[in-house]
Amino acid sequence: MITDVLTAVALYLAIQDFNKVVFKKQKLLIELDKYAPDVAELIQTPMEMHYIPLKVALFYLLNPYTVMSCVAKSTCTINNSVIAFFILATIKGSAFLSAVFLALATYQSLYPLTLFAPALLYLLQRQFIPIKLKSKSFWLYTMQYASLYLCSLVVIICLSFFLLNSWDFIPSVYGFILSVPDLTPNIGLFWYFFAEMFEHFSLFFVCVFQINVFFYTIPLAIKLKEHPVFFMFVQLAIISIFKSYPTVGDVALYMAFLPVWSHLYRFLRNIFILSCVLIFCSFLFPVLWHLWIYAGSANSNFYYAITLTFNIGQILLISDYFYAFLRREYYLTHGLHLTRQDGTEAMLVLK
Amino acid sequence: SRPRSSLRVLSDAQHSGLTLPTVSHYRLFPKALGRLVAALGVRELHLALTQGFWRTRYWGQPPLQAPAGAELWVWFQPTVTDVDKAWKELSNILSGIFCASLNFIDSTNTVIPTASFKPLGLANGTDHHLLRYAVLPREVVCTENLTPWKKLLPCGSKAGLAVLLKAERLFHSSYHSQAVHIRPICRDASCLAVSWELRQTLTVVFDFFSSGQGKKDWSLFKMFSRTLTDTCPLASQSKVYVDISPKNKEKELLEVSPAPTSVHEAIVQGDKKTYAVYDLLSPSLFNTSRSLNVQLKWKRPQDTEMPIPTLHAQRYVGGYGLQTGEICTLIYNTHPYRAFPVILLETVPWYLRLYVHTLTIITKGKENKPSYIHYQPAQDRRRPHLLEMLIQLPANSVTKITIQFERALLKWTEYPPDPNHGFYVGSSVLSALVPSVTAMKDMDVEQSPLFASLFPSSDGSSYFVRLYTEPLLVNLPTPDFSMPYNVICLTCTVVAVCYGSFYNLLTRTFHVEEPSRGGLAKRLANVIRKLRGVPPL
Repeated sequence: MITDVLTAVALYLAIQDFNKVVFKKQKLLIELDKYAPDVAELIQTPMEMHYIPLKVALFYLLNPYTVMSCVAKSTCTINNSVIAFFILATIKGSAFLSAVFLALATYQSLYPLTLFAPALLYLLQRQFIPIKLKSKSFWLYTMQYASLYLCSLVVIICLSFFLLNSWDFIPSVYGFILSVPDLTPNIGLFWYFFAEMFEHFSLFFVCVFQINVFFYTIPLAIKLKEHPVFFMFVQLAIISIFKSYPTVGDVALYMAFLPVWSHLYRFLRNIFILSCVLIFCSFLFPVLWHLWIYAGSANSNFYYAITLTFNIGQILLISDYFYAFLRREYYLTHGLHLTRQDGTEAMLVLK
Repeated sequence: SRPRSSLRVLSDAQHSGLTLPTVSHYRLFPKALGRLVAALGVRELHLALTQGFWRTRYWGQPPLQAPAGAELWVWFQPTVTDVDKAWKELSNILSGIFCASLNFIDSTNTVIPTASFKPLGLANGTDHHLLRYAVLPREVVCTENLTPWKKLLPCGSKAGLAVLLKAERLFHSSYHSQAVHIRPICRDASCLAVSWELRQTLTVVFDFFSSGQGKKDWSLFKMFSRTLTDTCPLASQSKVYVDISPKNKEKELLEVSPAPTSVHEAIVQGDKKTYAVYDLLSPSLFNTSRSLNVQLKWKRPQDTEMPIPTLHAQRYVGGYGLQTGEICTLIYNTHPYRAFPVILLETVPWYLRLYVHTLTIITKGKENKPSYIHYQPAQDRRRPHLLEMLIQLPANSVTKITIQFERALLKWTEYPPDPNHGFYVGSSVLSALVPSVTAMKDMDVEQSPLFASLFPSSDGSSYFVRLYTEPLLVNLPTPDFSMPYNVICLTCTVVAVCYGSFYNLLTRTFHVEEPSRGGLAKRLANVIRKLRGVPPL
């Protein structure tokens, strides 16, 4: 519970700082005339952004998923707390602390490794270093940050080695996360997939599923290099959906960020259906679990179906927010009222 | 006598030599086992194949109990360098010799007990890393296992006591256990020479009450549908013992016919017992008729009360649902005033994840702390849980040991063909030195019948007993076995939905839509709309 409160406090301070950064950037872009003339209603004002940090902290603390993780005494709250401190350190601009917290998060579960890219992009932006592959200062800063991160990771792993006097913990912890030997049902997609997998293809599909978590990083980095905090949000969501043993605590962490993008609400296409899907699935999970395990009148397929639906709901939620974000960016630069060549109102499509 | 019979067929191989000689004279000792023992460096071997469970409450203390299924425990010699490899080879070779599926013994059901299975033969130094114990509770015993067992006897089933052992009568019983024990023993009391002893035991319980025959009179012909005709020419001793111990000092309760060659009193399992002995080698036995049919008749109707044994136990699974459960073991000490310790050995397969912090031992309402605990946690798909405890049982008490577990979901190929039957958990082993009712003096040890001399006794005031509890049947949650292709397709679809959405958003950009002339479908739709009077698309 203490870690939950710490996470909420860290997120509050982080978003407060982020709001200031966003506001500053917006002001700069308005002064530079980068925005189209009729987008006044899309610009975020300090008035509406005032309560966002509080909303973020409350979204996290009052989320039923967070409460459930707390009651279950899951170590997920510790993971969330470390990631929240990492986000706070990154937004404040301290590369050293950010690297240390990221190393701690990676040490606990392997997947926060992918958060290295958004953190790096944010810190580069903060130092006003342009992201060009030929730029010397870019590579210098990247090397600095990477070495800080790797050194802290090595220090933590060596500390573990000295505590245990053997390297056995590496296959037990990281080998376990990567090879998914335990098939206890959870809210993710892996368990039933590997329970029903033909032995011959097991290794192939383990590799495919693990690569699936990591390989969205580079394309997202290329697309979202101007918006590293949104990149971090999408990356966090991908980790919580596709990690090998997801829990509701991971879902609670990225859902805490949704108030930060409440200005995207008008561009979301399926928000009502998706929120219904997520709420229904959350209620059906314990029901169908009980029917399978205790009543014996359902079988594992029922629970598996809810798992599938819940994950589809999460995936579509994230891609909806991504779509809304990109659409807003387009409107900011091209104007809100689009007209075709003949003056009639235009539709916007992805091509 | 008790309404059950146990046959002990013993064959000893004698060979002069130094300590732990190599077996090379196969006159009596079977060559298959001799070569096995020599090649794999085995010091002691105990294999038991059992069908049924010994009901201690109804049948009394078992003479030699074995757990349901197959049990194999072996002590290797210190010269063996790779004990696991030798163990694997041994179980495979024994599987071939006895036509039993002992080749299923692997690291997932083998444990290394530290306190329970001390060597029963000569031993100098007991490094428990040379011991391996495995039990296969699902193993079924049938005629195919009896035939190779009979073949190991010097005369086979052609002469001697073994002519009685015909499969169709033996397997028509409530309990059937055949065992093979190989160990090194002293040739005589001074222990100047050591030889290998092969002991084959067969324990069968014919339950005539359940087979509807009513009276408790029995005869050899009734039980085995055969009588004894002659002895095995290679046997130096061939005897039939009938337990005629009087209960409550009442004599003349029963009658055996024909008259026994002698009446022998011995202290077996801590109690004084009287045996009517038929010595098949004595010439007077077979001179009237060529067949010997031992019969026992009860003179007065006897009550069915069996004396409750001093130590007995039962075990069951508690809880509901397919997620968690609880293993409860109840151990009864019915001795009125003596307390004694018991070693409990539990082997639980890895897919029942034990929570050792929930282990509670309660005696007479209070917590009972064991004086020795050895716990080795399981590793998934590699080794099972091993829990060994030394528990002090107070006099006249019931001790309840409970431990909670969680059930794992296995991969669909790891389930047996009938997954809803459940998974077996092997019997737990209780080893104890139970205080005797009648103390045994040194000379009694030498005169005790051969069937009572498997377990060594250090002093006469207590006797060693090894009990096994019931095996457990536990259901695990099962995936749907008809669905592998569907599951792969559906999960890959979900992953592809994510990939597709992200691919679209990452590689495409927003464009203002250019008016298009419209395809054929659109023009057709516009024609229909014009007919209806609705504005065109």
